[in-house]
Parts: sequence; structure tokens; C-alpha cells
Amino acid sequence: MQSSAFMTRKELIGFLILAALIFIVFPVALDNFRLNLFGKYLTYAFVAVGLALCWGAGGILSLGQGVFFGLGGYCMAMFLKLEASTPENTAIQSTPGIPDFMDWNQLKELPWWWEPFYSLPIALAAVVAVPVIFAFIIGVAMFTRRVGGVYFAIITQAFAAIMTILIIGQQGYTGGVNGITDLRTLMGWDIRTDEAKTILYFVNGALLFVVLLVAQYVRKSKLGRLLIAMRDQEDRVRFSGYNVANFKIFIFCLGAAFAGIGGAMFTLQVGFMSPTLVGIVPSIEMVIFCAVGGRLSILGAVYGALLVNWAKTSLSESFPELWLLGLGALFIAVVMFFPNGLAGVWSEKIEPRLLALFNQKKPSRPTPDGAPAE
Amino acid sequence: MSDGFSENNSKGVNRRAVLAGGTALTASLFMPKNLRAQDFATADINTTGLAVTDDTVTIGILHSVTGTMAISETGSVQAEKLAISQINEQGGILGRKIEYIQEDGASDWPTFAEKARKLLVNDKVASVMGCWTSASRKAVLPVFEQHNGFLYYPTFYEGLEQSPNVIYTGQEATQQIIAGLDWVNQTKGAKSFYLLGSDYIWPRTSNKIARKHIENFMEGCEVVGEEYYPLGHTQFNSVINKIRLRKPDVIYAIVVGGSNVAFYKQLKAAGIDPTEEGPIVLTISVTEDEIRGIGGENIEGAYACMKYFQSLENENNIAFVKAFKEMWGEDIVIGDVTQAAYLGPWLWKAAVEKAGSFDVDKVREASPGIELTTAPEGYVKIHENHHLWSKTRVGRAQADGQYEVVFETAELVEPDPFPEGYQ
Amino acid sequence: MFADYSMSELGAIFAMQGFAGLILFSVFVLMALGLAIIFGQMGVINMAHGEFMILGAYVTYLTSNLFADHLPFLFGTYFFVAMIFAFLISGALGLLVEWSLIRHLYKRPLDTLLATWGLSLILQQTYRSIFGAREVGVSIPDWMMGSLPLTDLIEVPINGIFVMVLAVSISLAVYVMMFRSRWGKQVRAINQNRVMAGAVGINTEWTDRLTFGIGCGVAGVAGSAFTMIGSTGPTAGQLYIVDTFLVVVFGGAGSLLGTIASAFSISQAQSIMEFFLSGSMAKVLTLLVVVGILMIRPQGLFSLKLRK
Repeated sequence: MQSSAFMTRKELIGFLILAALIFIVFPVALDNFRLNLFGKYLTYAFVAVGLALCWGAGGILSLGQGVFFGLGGYCMAMFLKLEASTPENTAIQSTPGIPDFMDWNQLKELPWWWEPFYSLPIALAAVVAVPVIFAFIIGVAMFTRRVGGVYFAIITQAFAAIMTILIIGQQGYTGGVNGITDLRTLMGWDIRTDEAKTILYFVNGALLFVVLLVAQYVRKSKLGRLLIAMRDQEDRVRFSGYNVANFKIFIFCLGAAFAGIGGAMFTLQVGFMSPTLVGIVPSIEMVIFCAVGGRLSILGAVYGALLVNWAKTSLSESFPELWLLGLGALFIAVVMFFPNGLAGVWSEKIEPRLLALFNQKKPSRPTPDGAPAE
Repeated sequence: MSDGFSENNSKGVNRRAVLAGGTALTASLFMPKNLRAQDFATADINTTGLAVTDDTVTIGILHSVTGTMAISETGSVQAEKLAISQINEQGGILGRKIEYIQEDGASDWPTFAEKARKLLVNDKVASVMGCWTSASRKAVLPVFEQHNGFLYYPTFYEGLEQSPNVIYTGQEATQQIIAGLDWVNQTKGAKSFYLLGSDYIWPRTSNKIARKHIENFMEGCEVVGEEYYPLGHTQFNSVINKIRLRKPDVIYAIVVGGSNVAFYKQLKAAGIDPTEEGPIVLTISVTEDEIRGIGGENIEGAYACMKYFQSLENENNIAFVKAFKEMWGEDIVIGDVTQAAYLGPWLWKAAVEKAGSFDVDKVREASPGIELTTAPEGYVKIHENHHLWSKTRVGRAQADGQYEVVFETAELVEPDPFPEGYQ
Repeated sequence: MFADYSMSELGAIFAMQGFAGLILFSVFVLMALGLAIIFGQMGVINMAHGEFMILGAYVTYLTSNLFADHLPFLFGTYFFVAMIFAFLISGALGLLVEWSLIRHLYKRPLDTLLATWGLSLILQQTYRSIFGAREVGVSIPDWMMGSLPLTDLIEVPINGIFVMVLAVSISLAVYVMMFRSRWGKQVRAINQNRVMAGAVGINTEWTDRLTFGIGCGVAGVAGSAFTMIGSTGPTAGQLYIVDTFLVVVFGGAGSLLGTIASAFSISQAQSIMEFFLSGSMAKVLTLLVVVGILMIRPQGLFSLKLRK
């Protein structure tokens, strides 16, 4: 049912429901603290949407999305940290005017590659550009040599590990294991207040919709259909004269860009960035957000990120010991029993019944975009 | 156990109330100041909407119960719960029983920040006992400062921080390092030092202070090597060979976590046995807790520089160890940080009673100068800079996993989080 | 830096450093072998590899307690028994996992990755519930700790030699099983063409299960051996996972020989750099070199059949 229209009516309704949830229901129903938490969850949704494209549609499973999330977040954090490290604020240091962690590590001046981050436009551009460039290098190296599947997954995972070790090891330049903390203002605007957090929540929601629309556009474009074709029969696409590697590189870079934006929004809403968001564990958790939502569905990815994180918060509030068991079981259950995640459950089980209930006529058999990817 | 804070600075009203409370109960020796709730109207002692009712007050416990840090933080949670239950047995604080909400930081710094916000904003806790790593403290610090919470932080750490919203019940770096270096120099004649650490802020800052002290303040002493290994590193044979090459008098090791176990096992296997002739092993990162994982036989003979050892023989400590084991099991061990965590609730109680209020601003104002004569480590006192005056002690590890105390400073060491001449 | 030392001292240090490199090599081989068997022969990445190793370590811990309590006169030899137990118990868990989980997912290798990650979380929490969050101290027989003086100056740690011997014997055993045994022949046949292998009467299901079990069993033995040099706690498995994956990826995941070659080159690079630079710097440089080479040659040192 590949419709050539940008959005079918059903998809439009799906988008509208999600918009209503994010922009109306959550802000009305939740107090400031919970709303900020949901804002944090939604930053993971950026990554999950990117994964739905790469993995669900493209069959490329990256276990290193945390790297891109982290790069985006660090770019934002560097700008905010420089703004927070005015000579007045840091007068107690032996070298005032540089970030506190540099001073603790006996740096006497700002490293040259920090300098550009005094400028907001450059920092914002870097939020997208740095992850994309990084993804591009990895993508070119891997996909032109036709490395894919599990092997690609563990190489990206190795990158996640290496990135963490680098960040922790180079603490004079990166803040090390503590990360870049104590971020205060964005162009003089205090991001720590409740009002700021609410505004950031809405900015975050709006950006997420931009990303969702881009993702929807890509899926409906020729590129999107080629991706699915590639996932299922790569060689046929190649023999039809398409350069498979280029498409893969593009979609991988797009996923990285989404993750970078998510990371930057995370930094803004949570107030710091740290290597714990870069490594193996967060990277693979981001995959489970996508898998729970339904790896084929970009909207499902958002719900997956919300649901898993909400479960994590509430479970770990009441049963910290059970949380890991629950998460582990979730991984296994999704893989074994619900390979299409929430979106699959919805379109295979719930939706037909709803339709039958309302229309009293036999609904057309739902066809998901294809079998789960390898 | 008496709660023994000195209340010489108490405001008049509260002093009266305190005395009233004291006479009302004809004072069993162990509960000299059992204050009754009705002496303090909730509206008076809680003007900022904290979780205080007519008979309870709620505080937060924020540590990692899951994840890699759970190993270290479990002891702190146990100590804090013990202190809370003891305070409640004595009648609570201003006549109110302490209730606690425990949150899991899951060894994940954003989670710490999230939970700290929850405790302060949603639960309105009056204070928080929590955090262990510097990274988790750095993550929650802006939250505490923004929402004016009050945190008791138990771990010995690198210093370079002094927040109005934190009381640091562990030692900052100079308190732990300098006396130990002087001791090893004066009594063992050590002249050359090899500095070794895990690669993050605490070992690096500590070694920086150690190096400055060795080079600038210890005559004829030198540092013959300094290096760092990534957290979680498990192979130390190369560095052991380098140590052999440089032949230092002292191996000054600040290795943490799983690396710790690997380091001492490999050191022993390489024939560097601290019980015999050869380099002295001096550490500031191995408490009794860590020895459990390392195995006493592998670290026997090494020296550790701490403020507290389980084997301290004073009345406070004997009672503390007994109570701890009754609550958490006979085979449990208690390390330096666990004891520091135990101080948190008691210091808070003392400050609240001195202030006669749960309000964070008043508690903060009351905190400097608070003394605790019942501390297992002996006697501690809160400095103007929110750190504790405490003694530095050196212990020698024994095969049974305990330390034998071989040295303690005569006086309390002043905390100095921004040490001049050591930057 | 060497001016003050005599030639014989320097010679001794370098000899010992050579041993240090070999020990590191053996550790890497032990870590990676189980993973490489499973990945190379079945195309499955077992993310719970580290947890299987720690299972072996806990088995060793339990065995040591058992011997200390009931057979103190045999304590010096318990380690060998413990390694056998570790192999059997980790292997048995491996069989169980293959039966209940992995076999349903052979057509979806990426999903096995997620499922085994879920398994690793469950195992971690299980260890924590059973053994507590703290690390347990495994007491090692006295004869295995300490060092062996080869000359006046050269001393070699006994546990290092033990790890080396173990790595060589396990590699040999795997080699013999893989290339000299009936099972090995079947595994290789299945690897080349599953359908044909099934058609000529090979029980592919059982062979898969056994392969997975043996891979996990080897991980268990490695974990058991590492109680001599490392820590045993619920999350200690994660300490090894980075190095393990790097070794396997760098070796060109398909080949056992590649794994060994990669373990050798990474360990030598790291150990030499550790000696001349700071440890943290050495690690970073090693990683950067590995990444650089992976960029140029993403299929690893030895690749069998990565092109689809």
C-alpha cells in the first residue's frame, strides 16, 4: 500500500493524535517536573525516529547512535559552558575565563577547537554537522566496502566504546567522566527556571515534528522505497543500477543528524552532558526504544521512547531492583513475540477491531511496510 | 548513644524549647534532649513548604542501587538507614520521626539529576543524603542550588568545590593526602614516590596535590613516575615492570573499582609483596569494602590513608559497628565512606535542632560549627566551608580484611577545598 | 630514561615486559575465543558474553568456598575442578539459552543481538540478587600467587604463566575440535551450506546448540581464570566487553585465526606503548590505531565471507 501521497488519511490522523498528546495533553496533565521529564524522553525519540529509518526501513542497525546523540549534546554543552565560564563566574580559578574542568586539569588557555563554540550559530550548525560528518566517514568506510548486518552493528558499538574512553581520558578538554556540567544560560536566558523548561519542552516538541515530517517525506520518496527494497533484496537493487552505498550513507547521516539534534535538546533541558550518554549501554537502549515502538514506524518510535523511559522512571522509583529484570525481559519479549512492536500490535490487533466496530464493514487487511528487518 | 551536639549558639526561643523538652522527659542518659513535637508548631519550623508534618519529616536517600556503582554505594545506603532508625528510636528530630524516600540513581548521572529534582520538587524532602561519585554530585549540584535543597555528600573527593547547598562529610583531598605522605616520609624514610591512578578527576587532582607536596614541602623527596589507566582497566603488568625499573620507595596508588582488584592481585603475583622488604604501597582508595573484592591476602601489608577504619577502638565506634552488624548482618564490613554517610543524618539533626527549624536557609546558617562527639571516627566539626574537620589516619591492611591503625594525626585537620600552593 | 641502568637490568626489564605482552595476549585470546566461536560459526553475536564469563567466576568462587569448607586438604587443586565446573555450568546455561532463545532467531541475527543484551541485563540482576552488589573475593591457592624467578633479575608471575598455558591449551582444544573432530566437520559443513548439511543427515539443530554451548563454556573457563587477575562482581563482565569486541572485530569476526592474530597485534601494541607512555595514553592510541585500520579495512584483518 505504498501510496504516493505524502501522507495517507490514516497517517495524518496518527500525526494529529501525537501532536495533541505532546502539545496539549501532556502540558495540561503533567506538573512541571513530569513535563520536563517527558521533554527528556522526547529527546530520545529523535534518535529512535532516526533508527526507525536506518534500521526499520534501511536494515542498518547502528549500535552507536549514542555517539551522535553525544556529539550533538557536547556541541551544545560547549557553547553553554563557555557562556557560563565568564571571568567573573570563574574568578576563583587560577586561570579565570576558561571552563572549570580545564582549570582543574592545569590547562592555561582554551584549546583552539573550543574557540568556535563562542558563537551560537556555529554551535548550532555543529550540533548537526559534527554528527553528520562523523557518520559520513563511518558510512563511506563501511558501506562502500559492503560491510553490513551484524558486523556493522558491532563496529558501531566499538565506536561507542572508543568514544567514551576518549572523552573520559581527555578530561582536560572534555570534562572527563563528570561531563560538562553546571550549564546556566543561553544567550543570557536562564535555562534552569521552570518557565524556561516549559518553553524548551515546546521547542523540543516542535523540532520533533519537523524531524518526523522529514522522516515521513523520506519514507514516501523514491529513496524510502529503494531503502526497503535494498533491505529485502540488496543485490537486485544494485543490479538495477542504483548505488546502494550512497543511499545507505545518506540515511545513516540523516539518522545521525536527528540524534545530534536530540542530544542538543537533551543538554538544554537536563543542563549537562556526560559520557554516560555516549557509550554502549545508552546506545543499545536507544535501539530498544525504537524496537518497542515498532522498528518500521516513525510514530511508533516516539511512543516507544516515551513508554520505555516512563516505565524506567516509574519502575525505578518503586522497584529499583526489578527495573533491570524488566528491561531485560522487555528486550527479549519484543524480539521474540512482538517484532513489530507497539505499531505492529496496533495495526494487526487493535486497529482492525476498531475499524470493524465503527465501520461495520470488513477493513482492508493491514499490511505493514514489510517483514522485520534482519 | 547520645546525640551530643553542642548548642551554645542556639537562639533563645529554641533554647527554651529545648530545655522544656529535656525536662519533660526525665532524661534517660541516652536521650538527653528528647524533643516533643508539640513544642514546635509545624508552621513555625517549616516556612518553605517542606515535607514536614506534625509528627514526621521526610528526607531523601539518593544512591545507586543498580549499575556499576551499586558496589560502592550500598554501604552508604545502609549507614544512612541505620542513622535514621537510631535517630527515630531517640525520638526523631524536633519530635518528628524521620521518614525517607529512597531513589535509585542507577549509576547514571542524568538519572541522578532527574531523581534529585523529583525529591526536591515533588517530594519536598527536607534534606537529601546521597551521591557517591563526583560525577553524580556534579550532576545534581545545579538542581540543589536551583531548588535550594540540602545535600549531605559522604565520599572523600578531590575538593575544588564549596556549595552552599552541600555538606561534605567525607574528606577533601588535602585532608587525606598530606598527613599520610609526611608520615611515610618521617617514619619509613621514604624519598621517592611512584604515583598511579585511574584516569579521572579525583585521582588526577589527588596526585597533583601529592606531587606538589612531595616536591615543594618534603625535603629531598621526588616523584619518579606518574601515570593513569582508564577506568575498568584490568592489566597492570606493564606498569609493574616500570615500577621495578624506577625502584620507588613508595607506590602511591589511587586505583578504583574493578581495576583495584586487578591491580593488587597482579602486584602480588609479580612478587611485590607489601609484607616484605621492598616498595611501600600507600593508597587512598581502598577501604575495607574494597578489600572484600581484592581479598585480604592480596593486599596484606599495604597502607591506606583514611579518616576512619572499622578497627578504631573508641566507644563510639564499637557501638556503631555493633549496631551496624545487628542491622545488616554479621559479616558486613564498614569502610571510610560508609562511616561518613552515617554522619549525614546526625549532622543534619544537630543543625536542625540548633536552628530550631527545618528551613534550608536556617539549617545552612546553623551548620558551621556543629560538632558531633558521637561520631564513630571520634569527633568532627563542620567548618565554615561546609567540610568537616577530621583526623587523618593511616592503617595497615591485614589478611583478615581489616586495617590495623598505625598512625593518626594529633589534631583535627582543617579542610581546605581550594588549597593554596597546591593548584 | 635508561641511562642509569646496567645492560643486564635493562635486559631483565625488557624480558619481563615481553612476558607482560604475552600475558595480555593470552588474556585477550581467552576473552575473545568463546565469542569468536559463536560468531564465526553461527553468525550470532552473544552480547551476554561477559556475563557468561562472570558466571564462570562465580562458579569458581562457590567451588573455592566448597573446598575450603569441606575439602581443605585439597584446596591447592580446587582451581582445576572449578574450571571444569565453570565450563559445564556456563555451557549448560548456553545450551538452555540456545534452546529457549537463540534458535528462534537464526533468521534475524540483529535480533539475537538485542535478545542476548536483554539476557545480559537479567543475568546481571540475578547475580546481584544472589551474591549481592559487592564484589566477592575469590581466594586463590597460594601456589598460584607469587612469582617465579627465572634468573636473578627476571621474575614472572605464576598466574600469568597459568593464563598463558590455559590460553594455548584451549586454543589447541578448539582447533582440534574444529578441524579434527566429527562435530567440527559438521559445524564447518553447516557454516558453508546449512541446507545441504541438513540434507546429508547432519543434525543441524543439535550442532548449533552444541556450538553455542561450547562457546559459552569457553567463556566460563576464561571467567574462572580471570578470578586470578581481576574482580568478580555482578557488572564485572562489562569490564571485558570492550576489549573482547575490539579483538573480534579487528580480527575479522569470521575467523578464529584472525581472532588470535588480532589479539596478538593489539596486545603487543598496547603493552609496548604502555611501557613507554602513560597507560591511559597507550589505551587511547591503541584504540585510535584500531579504529584507523578498521576505517581502511572494515572487514578486519582476516575476513572470510563478509560480502553478501
